[in-house]
Amino acid sequence: MKTPFITSVAAIIKKDLRAEFRARELVSLMGLFTLLSVLVFSFALELDREAREEAVSGVLWVTLIFASILGLNRGMAQERDQGGLDATLAAPVSRSAIYLGKLLGNFFFTAIVALVMLPLMTVLYGKNLLDAWVIGTTVIGVFGFAAIGTLLATLTVQTRAREALLPIAMLPIVLPFLLTAVRATTGLLNGAVEREWQSSLGMLAAITVIYFVMCLLLYRYVVEE
Amino acid sequence: MGEKPKLAASDLQIERRPQPRLLRILTVITALGFAGSLYLGLAAAGTDILQGEIQRIFYIHMPSFFGAFTAFGLTLVGGLIYLARRREKWDRIALAGVEVGLAFSLINLLTGSIWARPIWNTWWTWDPRLTSAAIMCLTYAAYLMLRAGIDDLDRRRAFMSVYGILAFVTVLITLFIIRIVPETIHPVIVGASPQNAQGGFEATSGVVMALIPSLLLWLIFMPLTLMWHRVRLENRIEALNRLKTQALSE
Repeated sequence: MKTPFITSVAAIIKKDLRAEFRARELVSLMGLFTLLSVLVFSFALELDREAREEAVSGVLWVTLIFASILGLNRGMAQERDQGGLDATLAAPVSRSAIYLGKLLGNFFFTAIVALVMLPLMTVLYGKNLLDAWVIGTTVIGVFGFAAIGTLLATLTVQTRAREALLPIAMLPIVLPFLLTAVRATTGLLNGAVEREWQSSLGMLAAITVIYFVMCLLLYRYVVEE
Repeated sequence: MGEKPKLAASDLQIERRPQPRLLRILTVITALGFAGSLYLGLAAAGTDILQGEIQRIFYIHMPSFFGAFTAFGLTLVGGLIYLARRREKWDRIALAGVEVGLAFSLINLLTGSIWARPIWNTWWTWDPRLTSAAIMCLTYAAYLMLRAGIDDLDRRRAFMSVYGILAFVTVLITLFIIRIVPETIHPVIVGASPQNAQGGFEATSGVVMALIPSLLLWLIFMPLTLMWHRVRLENRIEALNRLKTQALSE
């Protein structure tokens, strides 16, 4: 007798949220990293104001992808150290439900960080990032990172080199996300014609859906014993 | 500990098993075909009026991508069947596909780069198709890295099947990006070329005559032959590893 799908997804999200609410480890870790990264880029591009304004979307997405990787690695390390994943696997729940629960948790944490980052960058880089479309693009992109990252982090945490392998495995696969997201954001920020950024945004959404479905179906093969 | 089986001559059988006749025939066909297609492309086909001799690189450039496509496609198929049936053989086919495909796609990138130097006046440009081809190579290079990092054999096979399936999306993106993103400068020889394409040429009957044999060779014979040899090599490696463990435990 399996626990109903929605119930198990909700239970996993609840567990992750509660753990995070008590420890506040992931969000503060990713948040601090984001802040540092934005500052580092800001200093690196300081000399040239134009270059800094041009680089806004690049800085945004590079920071977000590395923050995601950091959070995913830490999140899976917690699960491993505390035996959380093993316990979840022992429960009679569908593997896809575990994936979806973990994915939504990861997505939620990264999205919080991303949404804090947008006003911060608006202040530091002098470009208005608080546009509905920019926020929408960010949310889709972060969801895509979480969709692939949840699967790959579960996979790499079971390998010898663990933390070191996640960026190697994940970066090439998320490059298409990064590329389309940067294009869409740059187009939006520079006031390009709608057709230009919409095609990038459409592609971003399409590959997000494709990878999400694939990961949902494949997740059970990376958690088996 | 007398229960353990002793090493026997029969354990070495995998190493001694002769090449199947079909493989030998394939190898000969591939070698002859390679020489033949080089002759067709480099000597028999006419010189392009606009681009000159450099256009001949096309007879390797495009077929090598399709060779990579076949090899990566077999990685996808091997991964899917492995996850369903759990036979080691399919994982070895998937691995062979990645190695052969990666070699082919590097040939594809290199030849493209050599052609682009005189025609586009640059070795490399961040064009959508070039970028997606580079992403494809990186993804499969990551496959090999990741594979080397997983010790447990069953886990390695299952995980790498999953990764091989995910990676195939990058191949499809590379294949279709010309039709999706119109601002590419990469020419399309078969079918309508994008508006901005630089360095296209017409697929005249002379071009097609030299292209078809080369395409067939790279699409079917080269990947199959090389992968078959690679799978046999992997069989030997695993047999050797088994022997090693056995010898150490005795």
